[in-house]
Amino acid sequence: MSVGHLRTPLAKIEGLGSARTGTLHFWHQRMTAVALVPLSIWFVASALAYVGAPQGAVAAYFSQPVNAVPMFLFILASTYHMSLGVQIIIEDYFHNEGQKIALLMLNRFAAWAIGAASAFALVKMALSGQ
Amino acid sequence: MADAPNSPGPRPRPFGRPLSPHLQIYRWPITMAASITHRATGIALAAGTLLLCWWLIAAASGPDSYALFAGVAANPLGEIVLFGFLWSLCFHLLNGIRHLAWDVGYGFKVPTAKLTAALVYVGSLLLAAGAFAIGLMVRGGLGT
Repeated sequence: MSVGHLRTPLAKIEGLGSARTGTLHFWHQRMTAVALVPLSIWFVASALAYVGAPQGAVAAYFSQPVNAVPMFLFILASTYHMSLGVQIIIEDYFHNEGQKIALLMLNRFAAWAIGAASAFALVKMALSGQ
Repeated sequence: MADAPNSPGPRPRPFGRPLSPHLQIYRWPITMAASITHRATGIALAAGTLLLCWWLIAAASGPDSYALFAGVAANPLGEIVLFGFLWSLCFHLLNGIRHLAWDVGYGFKVPTAKLTAALVYVGSLLLAAGAFAIGLMVRGGLGT
């Protein structure tokens, strides 16, 4: 990497990298972003067609594996991407340490709760076979 | 640390001293507006996942609980929220692609960055309006 010359000689020979998570957050945010490009286009098409449809039609749509699987992936990738993004916003704007930690926890809890509830509803439709 | 024992803490600004520039002072280049909009649409989409969650739970719970969701969604206010969610998604998607291009080193020249920001605004509006219109036609076809 081009940043190599910015590191101290000691850091270079130790070669240990970051003491914490390094670029993991950045990389996961980009990976989920790339995954969400096709997934969200598919989701918009599905949602626009079925948001006003009768309950039976929606349940039947998501009972098919070809729709349930991309929807499951969309829920996973979007809630994870959301938690990473909101984390950055909290870290940028909240400087009181206690408040920040509380909000960071709340952010992760909310993402898991929304993701789990959405995924459960989806699996219920997928397995009940409409 | 905000609460360090000897921290001076915020003090009133002495009269006549210069104030460093901040959000209300800067003029708004379109690149800055796009950056702020990206964050704002991200927050809007995060709130929107609650609606998505509601839709899926309602559909999984049977016709009775779905009726409440369908009623709200069919309301003009529901349509406005739906369009807002759709436009936020289109903007965040297009500007996200712009960000990914930056990540691999493309589009950093100022005129290019300005042009792509404008394209994201126009493109997201066109995309959202077009998709919304198609959606209205499709849903009309389903007979709701």
